[in-house]
Amino acid sequence: MNKETVLSVKDLTKRFGNFTAVDRITFQVMKGEIFGFLGANGAGKTTAMRMLCGLSYPTSGSGTVAGYDIVRQAEEIKRHIGYMSQRFSLYEGLTVWENLRLFATIYGMPARQIRERSDEVFGALGMKDMRNALVKDIPLGWKQRLAFTAATLHSPDIVFLDEPTGGVDPATRRKFWEMIYKASSEGMTVFVTTHYLDEAEYCNRISIMVDGQIKALDTPAGLKEEYHATTMDEVFRTVARNAKRPG
Amino acid sequence: MNARTLTALLRKELLMMKRNPIVPRLIVAMPVLVMLIIPLVATLDVKDVGVAVVDNDRTELSRRMVADMEASEYLHITGCYARHDEALRQMENGRADVIVSIPEDYQKDWTSGKKPRLAVEANGVDAMKGTLGAQYAARAAARSLTQWQAERGIGLPAAESNTMNLYNPTLNFRNYMIPALMVVLLIIVCGFLPTLNLVGEKEAGTIEAMNVTPVGKLEFVLSKLIPYWAVGLLIVTVGMLIGWLVYGLVPEGSVGSIYLAAILFSLVMSGLGVAIANRSATILQSIFVMFAFIVVFQLMGGLFTPIASMPRWAQGITYALPPRYFIEIMRAVYLKGATPADLAVQYVALAGFALLLSLAAAATYRRRD
Amino acid sequence: MSIFQSLIKKEMLHLLRDFRTILVVLVMPVTLLLLFGFAISTEVNNVRIVAVVEQHTDETKEMLERFRNNPSFTFEGTVSPGEAERLLRKGEADAAIVFRTKNGRLSHQIVADASNTTMAQTATAYLESVANSNAAGVPIVSRTLYNPQLKSAYNFVPGIMGMIFILICAMMTSVSIVSEKETGTMDLLLVSPVRPGTIILGKLVPYFLLSCIILALMLTLGYTVLEIPLSASVIPVIGISLLYIVLALALGLLISTLASTQVAALLVSGVMFMLPVVLLSGMIFPVENMPRALQWFSCIIPARWYIEAVRVLMIQQLPASSVRAEILVLAGMTLVVLALAIKKFHAKR
Repeated sequence: MNKETVLSVKDLTKRFGNFTAVDRITFQVMKGEIFGFLGANGAGKTTAMRMLCGLSYPTSGSGTVAGYDIVRQAEEIKRHIGYMSQRFSLYEGLTVWENLRLFATIYGMPARQIRERSDEVFGALGMKDMRNALVKDIPLGWKQRLAFTAATLHSPDIVFLDEPTGGVDPATRRKFWEMIYKASSEGMTVFVTTHYLDEAEYCNRISIMVDGQIKALDTPAGLKEEYHATTMDEVFRTVARNAKRPG
Repeated sequence: MNARTLTALLRKELLMMKRNPIVPRLIVAMPVLVMLIIPLVATLDVKDVGVAVVDNDRTELSRRMVADMEASEYLHITGCYARHDEALRQMENGRADVIVSIPEDYQKDWTSGKKPRLAVEANGVDAMKGTLGAQYAARAAARSLTQWQAERGIGLPAAESNTMNLYNPTLNFRNYMIPALMVVLLIIVCGFLPTLNLVGEKEAGTIEAMNVTPVGKLEFVLSKLIPYWAVGLLIVTVGMLIGWLVYGLVPEGSVGSIYLAAILFSLVMSGLGVAIANRSATILQSIFVMFAFIVVFQLMGGLFTPIASMPRWAQGITYALPPRYFIEIMRAVYLKGATPADLAVQYVALAGFALLLSLAAAATYRRRD
Repeated sequence: MSIFQSLIKKEMLHLLRDFRTILVVLVMPVTLLLLFGFAISTEVNNVRIVAVVEQHTDETKEMLERFRNNPSFTFEGTVSPGEAERLLRKGEADAAIVFRTKNGRLSHQIVADASNTTMAQTATAYLESVANSNAAGVPIVSRTLYNPQLKSAYNFVPGIMGMIFILICAMMTSVSIVSEKETGTMDLLLVSPVRPGTIILGKLVPYFLLSCIILALMLTLGYTVLEIPLSASVIPVIGISLLYIVLALALGLLISTLASTQVAALLVSGVMFMLPVVLLSGMIFPVENMPRALQWFSCIIPARWYIEAVRVLMIQQLPASSVRAEILVLAGMTLVVLALAIKKFHAKR
């Protein structure tokens, strides 16, 4: 492992009252990697991710994202990451182009570059004729690809995707993953949570979270070997067998 | 504070405001409705008091009293009745507010040096109309009597007296109401609408998308408030124009002092609105809380009913209500031509509330939990 | 447990779970009642006056003494003409009375701050009656019928009831039905074998019960705290209130068939019902003072009829037969709105 570390956390914990949502997790993510963050609903994935993005204070533990401390330098981190949440979070009342322009401007991209980059992306996605459509009028699959574009137009060091492909068919999901691969091949690190186990296969490495703790972490092949399984589904069922929280 | 980010956010707000199905219409319709309808409705003028007369005397004096009451601009006679219960029926069915009973031999008794008594009964259902109406009726009757006595050389001539109504010589209740109505507009535009907008972003989840970007707290909140501040000032301007064109009412004092008060009050309301939004998770919750504030502000701020009529403890509470100061400023500037120096207390109070609530808004705004 | 009972139970639980809803539903009526009962009034007492005396004589001294001792005034002392004008402008005095002695005869002039017209009118009337009380010496016996203590609360209580029932029944019912439409649970219920009428009744009954509790609360508070005489009229007041509550529920149902989002339902019920109730029903401002067109318009506002009837029953203590017209109008409105709401509801499906 001589690749550069982009994200690293140690004993990261988040408690809400008596409830420990995230329980002393420790892991690293390398530059250019697609890192899958698996877990049942309520396992603590989103809470962990919110701490990494500076949306939530850790109760204890430490970590760095893109070289900045997650406790003290949250505002610096925000300049160097992209984020797409499971709740679709573009402005429904704005057009496709207005949304892109808004987010790119916020990240400080010059106006000309925004226009060039977005034309490029619209071309690549075949979205040119949707440029001036209101976001609320376009299909969910397109919205998701658009949200990904908005989160990555400014070429962040690392992009966080929180269950990005909920509610769409497998074909649309595959198109979305093509975008992820392309971004990764350009050197962007991708941190993605999901509960679709077929998607886990697409990741370079995956961690499986159960009841707030990381119970397994390796490449998909490595995990299958370790748990003597043929599919990720089996791996997951074995790891999550003793889960206490209802899924 | 990044000017380019702020501009981008402002552009977004304006685009969304323009495309909202309700807000632009509300902004146009509200000043017109409030400024045109409320002044027609909200009048506490006691005019047109119905007087039922029970005339048991039927003499020159009693008829003269009835004629004088009829001639008064505040009174009208619903009828003269022979029996008291007939007059009472008039009051029961709401036609009469006051019953004046003139006893038998009223004129004769006065002529013979006795002092017979006139009975005035007021309907207490509408307490204000009843009391004032009874006073007007009594005054009219007294005036007829003194004149009648003077003509006959009995009794003392009445003391000379006259009344001067400063600032609003025609005693037009609308002049009192209209300047203060701007408070209704500003409460809704600068308090209610930004709250709905902010909580709406919370419900839609877009606020979280903003929180993970480098957008600062200040830029984000300012981008929410600046459009409504601008709309608030626009609406105050429209309100002043309506006051001038429809009611012929122009401020005696300077327009600048009205804008100064409007700006301060907008800051107060937006601070309150943002603080409520920060504390609410759903639109419904924020509406309930805002609604409670609006009810208290409008009912206790001195808008419709005078603060001076409240008991001491309630008057004490009104010192904590920012609209009170705004209403006082608007009325004083509009009708009395008061200057900011005259109203220093009110301006300082508004500025204090603006500062306090803005700090509260900043303190409750959490980008990170 | 029947389907109907379980629907009602579900709705009740839903209603009681949200703390803020309870707060609005129960605390607001009580607060409004107490605010109106004790704090807000349109009557003018406590007029702040100053006197300007050009030449002090025994007569002026006696006159000032009379003002000082009158409970309707706060006598703020004798000042110079310039000072009087300054106090009026700053709003620190409501009226000034100027005494002049000419040829040995005292005359007076009342200078009122007429920017507040009500205050000016009342102050002038009070001042005149005190200043003239010995001049003509007309003996007048005054008394007040129906509301001898002249509490404006008496006048407001029916208005508050008219407003609260619209708020609880029309606003909350419509928002609650629309929120089920938004979340899709309404469709869930509608595709179930339960009859639509049952579903709607299941929605309305809890709010009806809640309104009954509020009615009881308001009448009890009105009787005990505000000392409104109720003994003779309580049965007709309850009867007409129940009729009004049913009407408000029907309105809520109608709104819910028209609005597609919670915010729209709120705005519609707020703009179409709350504002007119506050402004046009005679709750604060007497209907007969309004321009003719608005007086006509106020006839289509249910609260106007309700408030009028409750005032007659509660304050004037007249028998129920004297509000026959109001009862008929309210009953007619109820039938029309209910028919419309049911028709719309069926048309939607």
